[in-house]
Amino acid sequence: MSSNVLSKTVRGFSRALGRTLISEQSAHERGLLQALDPRVKLVGMLAMVTTAALARRLPVMLALFALGVVLAVASRLSLLAMAKRVWLVAFAFTAMIAFPALFLTPGVAVYRIGGLAVTAQGARSALLLITRVEAAVTLSTLLVLTTPWMHLLKALRTLLVPVEVIALLAMTHRYVVLLTETANAMFESRQSRMVGRLNGHEQRRLMVNTGGVLMSKTLELGNEVFLAMQARGFRGEVRLLTNFRLRGWDYVAMMGFAALVVTAAVAGR
Amino acid sequence: MYAASAPCWWMALRRTRRKLFGRTLPLLSLFAAFSFVTMMFNLPLPGGTTGHAVGVGIAAIVLGPWASMLAISLALAIQALFFGDGGITTLGANCFNMAIAGSFAAWAIYRLVSLGAAAESRRRVVAAALAGYGAINLSALLAAIEFGIQPMLFHNANGVPLYAPYSLGVAIPAMMAGHLTIAGVAEAVMSAGLFTYLRRNEPALVGVSPQAQLESAPRSLWGALAAVLLLTPLGILASGAAWGEWAPKDFASAAGRAQIAAASGNAAAPQAAPSGLARLANLWTAPLPDYAPHFVKSTAFGYMLSAMFGVGLILMAAWLAQKWFVREDRSSEPGDTP
Repeated sequence: MSSNVLSKTVRGFSRALGRTLISEQSAHERGLLQALDPRVKLVGMLAMVTTAALARRLPVMLALFALGVVLAVASRLSLLAMAKRVWLVAFAFTAMIAFPALFLTPGVAVYRIGGLAVTAQGARSALLLITRVEAAVTLSTLLVLTTPWMHLLKALRTLLVPVEVIALLAMTHRYVVLLTETANAMFESRQSRMVGRLNGHEQRRLMVNTGGVLMSKTLELGNEVFLAMQARGFRGEVRLLTNFRLRGWDYVAMMGFAALVVTAAVAGR
Repeated sequence: MYAASAPCWWMALRRTRRKLFGRTLPLLSLFAAFSFVTMMFNLPLPGGTTGHAVGVGIAAIVLGPWASMLAISLALAIQALFFGDGGITTLGANCFNMAIAGSFAAWAIYRLVSLGAAAESRRRVVAAALAGYGAINLSALLAAIEFGIQPMLFHNANGVPLYAPYSLGVAIPAMMAGHLTIAGVAEAVMSAGLFTYLRRNEPALVGVSPQAQLESAPRSLWGALAAVLLLTPLGILASGAAWGEWAPKDFASAAGRAQIAAASGNAAAPQAAPSGLARLANLWTAPLPDYAPHFVKSTAFGYMLSAMFGVGLILMAAWLAQKWFVREDRSSEPGDTP
């Protein structure tokens, strides 16, 4: 263990900031999903994710996953980026959970490795788990990558999410980016003043104290933001400008989503 | 899980809404953003590993349980929605386990253990560490229970689990091993460290400024904990052996096999116990075999008793720790009135 908790954390920050940029870029591409009204997309995609979560049959989940891939191509998302950011990560995570199920699920043994038997039920269960997660994660990532964050939040109103929550989410997101940059700057300036190695205790103290300073900065910023809001006339009411308008293409998409969800729900039972 | 979280969010919003139009709106958002950023901190832990803290311990201490619940939920929502780091479908469960149950646990543990402690007392730091440790482990336990009951609830006709494939007996140890040793320690280090930092630099925030009154014994808190203790078994009331938690002897008798077959959607059970199970069965004997003391005949009642015994043990430890520290405080700081 060396000082690389610092660089690891800094790398994590740049990854997060990079993702923010990529999402904003891909949301403004001229693709299929980007052209849809955010409300239609939100409700449609959530319905599909729910269908994937409730489906009980493997072919249906594979079909939903394939649909996700087709939609990604149609929305001009890079499949390589999707594979790296979504599919591999979800696979690694789920496979780790699913692997022991091959052996632990009681059932008919189909293959033996040493003293352990892979059961048919175990293999099916692991496959179900992995495809379900892949399908759901692909569909929800498509929603996020093809919709500007502010539009996505405003569309949440259609799901009856309170205005205050939407305002809180919008503000949180904005300051996540700012505070990430602040923390990044603090770590980098500390790193540039460091010679030699810190031991575990010193590293812990460094991380925790940076956290403390960040919290002080956060609270100070909170007060400033409040004063700025006051100055601009904030009187305790949150108003959202929602100027979404449904167009012909959106009605087609609505019907398409409905047809897909009903088909998948019936076939997946 | 969304259904379980919704009423808590609603209550939290109602409680903070009155204040939401003051400083609270930006403060909550910023605190949520802060939690999100600290979740990315790599925290080196004793023993050479690194872990990430959620920050629920310090959030509950600084903001109180309701606002902390909202702040952590917001951070988790941003993580799931925007960064895609947790599924949208699991967000409800994540928030319930970490933000809601975690905030309450952290707040209750901190208040109980630091009860009557002087502003400068070391007991407050210990209380903050325990709050973080307890909150994360409670969250993990809840998650493990949610995983563990899935194969009982959702499996197809062949006994193939549709969602998480593990029974409680596998899910709980697998989940708790990592949290008792790594994630819990990370949270404890973060909570205690931040608490110490804030006490030194922003004492008003953690309620230990000279003006802040030492809180009196919150009797209602003990009452609430007693209620939780009584309600604990509700979640695990189930008759018969849990699916997948069969003992080797269940395979040996015809009646046992019939029961397993019935529970597994009529898939025939093997004549003998799987060899692995038979071997593992003798590996260890739990202090409460099958979670049921010998003198209790009903399995469900045994489960209940064991669960209450477990929670009671934790509470008793907290209570004893509190008593012990109070005495130490009194002897070391004779001028203080607790």
